[in-house]
Amino acid sequence: MSEAAGRNAIDIRGVRKVFGSGDGQVTALDTVSVSIRENEFFTLLGPSGCGKTTLLRLIAGFEYPTEGAIFLHGEDIAGLPPFKRPVNTVFQSYALFPHLTVAENVAFGLESLGRPRDEITARVSAMLKLVHMEDLGDRRTDQISGGQAQRVALARALAPSPKVLLLDEPLSALDYKLRKEMQIELKRMQHETGITFVFVTHDQEEALTMSDRIAVISKGRILQIGSPSDIYDRPAERFVADFIGESNLLAATVVGSREGTATVRLSSGAEVEASVAEGFVPGGEATVVVRPEHARAVKQGGQLAGIVENVVYFGTDTHIHIKLDDGSAFTVRQQNMRGQSCGFEVGDRAEVEIAADAAQVLKD
Amino acid sequence: MARHFDIRAQPGFRIAALFTFVALYLPIVTLVAYAFNADDSVTTWGGFSLRWFADAWGNVAVQDAAWRSLIIAVWAAAIATTAATMAALATTRTGPYRGLAFKYAFINQPLMVPEIVTAVALLIVFSQVKVWTGYSGLGYLILAHSAFCIPFAYLPIRARLESMDLTLERAAADLYATPWVTFRRVTLPLLRPGIIAGFMLAFVISLDDVVITEFVKSGGQDTLPTYMLGQLRRTVTPEVNAIATAFLALSVVLVTIFFFVNRRKT
Repeated sequence: MSEAAGRNAIDIRGVRKVFGSGDGQVTALDTVSVSIRENEFFTLLGPSGCGKTTLLRLIAGFEYPTEGAIFLHGEDIAGLPPFKRPVNTVFQSYALFPHLTVAENVAFGLESLGRPRDEITARVSAMLKLVHMEDLGDRRTDQISGGQAQRVALARALAPSPKVLLLDEPLSALDYKLRKEMQIELKRMQHETGITFVFVTHDQEEALTMSDRIAVISKGRILQIGSPSDIYDRPAERFVADFIGESNLLAATVVGSREGTATVRLSSGAEVEASVAEGFVPGGEATVVVRPEHARAVKQGGQLAGIVENVVYFGTDTHIHIKLDDGSAFTVRQQNMRGQSCGFEVGDRAEVEIAADAAQVLKD
Repeated sequence: MARHFDIRAQPGFRIAALFTFVALYLPIVTLVAYAFNADDSVTTWGGFSLRWFADAWGNVAVQDAAWRSLIIAVWAAAIATTAATMAALATTRTGPYRGLAFKYAFINQPLMVPEIVTAVALLIVFSQVKVWTGYSGLGYLILAHSAFCIPFAYLPIRARLESMDLTLERAAADLYATPWVTFRRVTLPLLRPGIIAGFMLAFVISLDDVVITEFVKSGGQDTLPTYMLGQLRRTVTPEVNAIATAFLALSVVLVTIFFFVNRRKT
């Protein structure tokens, strides 16, 4: 156990967190276990109130687990107060100290640790340089912009060289363009510092573009852990498929099942091969997910058929909304070619060709 | 075009406002004016003079009372502010719990209980304590003033704490600051305007008190307000006006500082 823990930056084992007592009891996290590897950009993704911030606070030490253990590089830290944990946090509101300058903010952690003065000075200027704020060290925190405050918060949290950096929706207050910039900046900083990042967000696009691995959380449970493409291409549960990206959910009957794949019969009678999450043996009625870009609208030869209800042009691609013969909706997303229309108009009869290996059976 | 509702456009507004100002300030203006009266009267004008200020300044009893007022006010404000700061921390830096509302009421008790009740109660208790201990110094007045000053110090401090982002203290803890270092380096500096405001409010309230002081004081322990009250029972000269005017000037200065301290950090 300790051997496995040593290789991971963080091991969360069977952690439960219950708030309140008696009738007002709320289970924020229900027996969560997850291992975060060293040097990883790990994202906790889920809708608001799902428990992702609670999990982050448990790691930081602002909350203590009702049950379970939290290991940091093999050492159980679940009972330690925040100031004894070698992790630092970038807060959603940044939480910069308003009575200190930018440089004093960045120096705060090192001063608490009692580092020598010249080391602090050197480290602070290195950190300010890392976040491109080297000229603004003497500014007061109300004299800088939101994007700059974000960078100061980052520099402040990175300055004591934490073993793990926790980021609580740090980009949510920035406008779109700045957010895109900071996403790239964050990746660069993680690469340069080699520190494990644990990133909390409700933005699935942000999670997909930045993470090495993602844990999808809903209602206090981790539903799936995997790389962005795992999560997107092979969602294990209906919630994951629904929450991340767009998806077509099809009712199907399982007619055969082998390790990792199953043969399912769709409402049209056509049979397709669908992949199955590890350790899950589907049977009887099941839901199958197909991403819109993994299917094509064709005149004939598809596995599903229906009538074109709407054609929406998006520049790079076109969305074709088809009402299937069983009454359910199916969206196909096709890339546009210059000077070519998609070939379908509203009211046309169309068939849907599902790409090989595109279907996935979901746990409900 | 919808017209903006403007209370100043309502009929009778000017009259009401004018009446309020006159009722509030005319007596004060009169009092201040007669402080500069050359005559012995507080009702007939006999020309401009600073003699009553000079008289008051040279009056040993006034000096004595003023000095005593100052000592009591400084001590009472210091004790009340310390207690109020601790109370404010204890009532804002925790989750809501049973009995918290009761605690608020308990801290603010001097605002709700009629002062005369407290005064009588203190008189009875302290006279017993005096018999037991033999001590009859300023301690009783300081203690009594500290008690009724607490809510005045508590309110601005609590308001400041409540408007303070709890995440800042969390951030300090996250950056390896122990609870004591967090308090010293983050909470206290951010709380400072509230504490200064609370101290000054408590100071003014203590300086101004008549009822409790009148009941609690031993012989020869007049404060400025009780001395003035005593003077009014005898022959009234503009000397009282002069003392009151000086008092007013001091209050105005303190309130002005209070205003600027509060404004600077918001």
